[in-house]
Amino acid sequence: MDINNLKHFSAQVDLDDFNPASEKDKEYMVKMRPSTTAFKDGVRRLRKNKIAMISFWIIVIIALAVIFIPMFWPYKYEAILGMQPGKPVDASFNNLAPFEYAKSELARIESGESVFPHIFGTDAQGRDYFIRVVYGTRISLAVGLFASIIVLVIGLLVGSISGYCGGVVDMIIMRIVDIIYSLPDMLMVILLAAVLKVAIGTSLEGTPLAKIGSNIISLFIIFAILYWVSMARLIRGQILSLREQEYVLASQAAGAKGSWVIRKHLIPNCISVIVISTALQIPSAIFTESYLSFLGLGVNAPMPSLGSLASDALNGLSSYPYRLIIPAIVISLIVLSLNLFGDGLRDAFDPKLNN
Amino acid sequence: MNPKTLKYILKRIILAVFTVWVVITVTFFIMHAVPGGPFVGEKAVSPAVQKAMEAKYGLDKPLFEQYLTYLTDVIQFKFGPSLKQRGRMVIDIMTDGLKTSIKLGVIAAFLALISGTILGSFAALRRNTVFDRVIMVVTTAFVSMPSFIMGSLLLIVFAIELKVLPANGSTAAGLILPIITLMLYPMSYITRMTRSSMLDVLGQDYIRTAKAKGVPRLRVIFGHALKNSLIPVITYFGPMLAYIVTGSLVVEQIFAVPGIGRAFVQSIINRDYTLIMGTTIVLATLIVIMNLISDILYKVVDPRINLE
Repeated sequence: MDINNLKHFSAQVDLDDFNPASEKDKEYMVKMRPSTTAFKDGVRRLRKNKIAMISFWIIVIIALAVIFIPMFWPYKYEAILGMQPGKPVDASFNNLAPFEYAKSELARIESGESVFPHIFGTDAQGRDYFIRVVYGTRISLAVGLFASIIVLVIGLLVGSISGYCGGVVDMIIMRIVDIIYSLPDMLMVILLAAVLKVAIGTSLEGTPLAKIGSNIISLFIIFAILYWVSMARLIRGQILSLREQEYVLASQAAGAKGSWVIRKHLIPNCISVIVISTALQIPSAIFTESYLSFLGLGVNAPMPSLGSLASDALNGLSSYPYRLIIPAIVISLIVLSLNLFGDGLRDAFDPKLNN
Repeated sequence: MNPKTLKYILKRIILAVFTVWVVITVTFFIMHAVPGGPFVGEKAVSPAVQKAMEAKYGLDKPLFEQYLTYLTDVIQFKFGPSLKQRGRMVIDIMTDGLKTSIKLGVIAAFLALISGTILGSFAALRRNTVFDRVIMVVTTAFVSMPSFIMGSLLLIVFAIELKVLPANGSTAAGLILPIITLMLYPMSYITRMTRSSMLDVLGQDYIRTAKAKGVPRLRVIFGHALKNSLIPVITYFGPMLAYIVTGSLVVEQIFAVPGIGRAFVQSIINRDYTLIMGTTIVLATLIVIMNLISDILYKVVDPRINLE
């Protein structure tokens, strides 16, 4: 046996290994593909997911539509068209079928004027239904988004405090979380909504918040009280498990400071989970809002939301079924797209969760 | 049963009792936070009458004393008289409503369980076929539809357009549409759960062993795979009941079913405080108990599950 072949087993350092690399050696190190960040990689995976991308564009289109359409639409969501100042009351505006015109509008068309059509007709009080659906979608989306942000902020704060402090603080917070978690949420939501509606309605008068309406404010309060718990649990769990990871230990062993560990290891590894669960929180908030609106505990009249439009439509269901079907389709489309997009985000940015 | 399991069960029972206590307390104090108390909004009453009413219902006593009285009453199922339905006790209104609602809920849950399991298993066994795809698309759509929309659409199609089923839920035939409305969401959820856990189980070593030993296909499916793939479904019992309870609030409203959900919604509209408190507590307790049972069952059925 050649003694030279055994050099790998000797503890002696072979100085030949420390020569500068030749050009030939360097060729091996040529990158086949430019290195990407985890974020770019996730985006690339997300773009490949057809269902998620279709859902994404549906959400974008709906969001742009509800932002811009009310700006140029000739009708207002709260305007009762049959009762305009300075004109006689025209009851023929009430309950118009899609693309039907009221008597005074027909007269204007006769005289050569062009009248903007009522695409979805009008409701029982003679309000243009299309703009009400658009505005209702806007309210529902906004409520969903803000409620999720509230949940995110509170959950992030409480969860990270609980995860970092540990010990007694953690135990107390987690017991509170356990209790709120085991409360039947919808019942508590209904109860709170019923009471808050009365309780804050009077105290809001005259403040800028009055314009938003007591019911939406109470909805936000409910989300702030009840729905942060799963987010807090998730973030606490993330922090606890990430702290114990080998790469954090390795980083600390290599002399990394606390702030470096947080910036380079904890946040990047947490962020995808946080973004995904916030995204998935939006449809559930929209669900809750529409449910409460349906029970009459949602937005204040005359402001529409998709739930209250559906609820109002129940009264004339046999004659005007499309008034229920339109908001129903919009709600289902939004919730479905957000859910599918959230799932896509999860698959793309958190392959560990994917099973 | 090992001591660890017993300790877990004990812990869960204590948490459940504590939760019910929290619900009772929260309900009580929320109701008392309403400005003006329960008699506001009635036709104007003289201060003397108002005083007499408050004395009758014990509202003139200190808050904490009222709370203790309420707590002891609730434990004995005494919820007092309804404030808006003259001469009726809250407990009577609730038992009347529960008779219909329990029938509705139990049938819906049972049907959801059976059909969800069957559809889910089939979808898993016929993975990536047209059948599987259709089931997944349909269940995804059902999961994205709020119960009130599902109910209203069923009402339009079957009661108004086709006229094959009654829209009014006060008769036995009238319960068909509410039951279908309530079962579609849990059915879809169970289908998806069963499908994914069945796929998981079918990839396990013991299934391969069974197949290698020459066990007939049907026995592998029913004797080995199905039993194990149903374990995660147990965890859904509690949430399913919670869904059915909250769903029944709107479904009973849509179909005019004389159940406890409708009584609850009516009590909110009428601001019938004793009825609101009573119904919240009863329904919440029901959900907490069901969650408790499904959690404990889950741990007892599968000893592999980590108790922490």
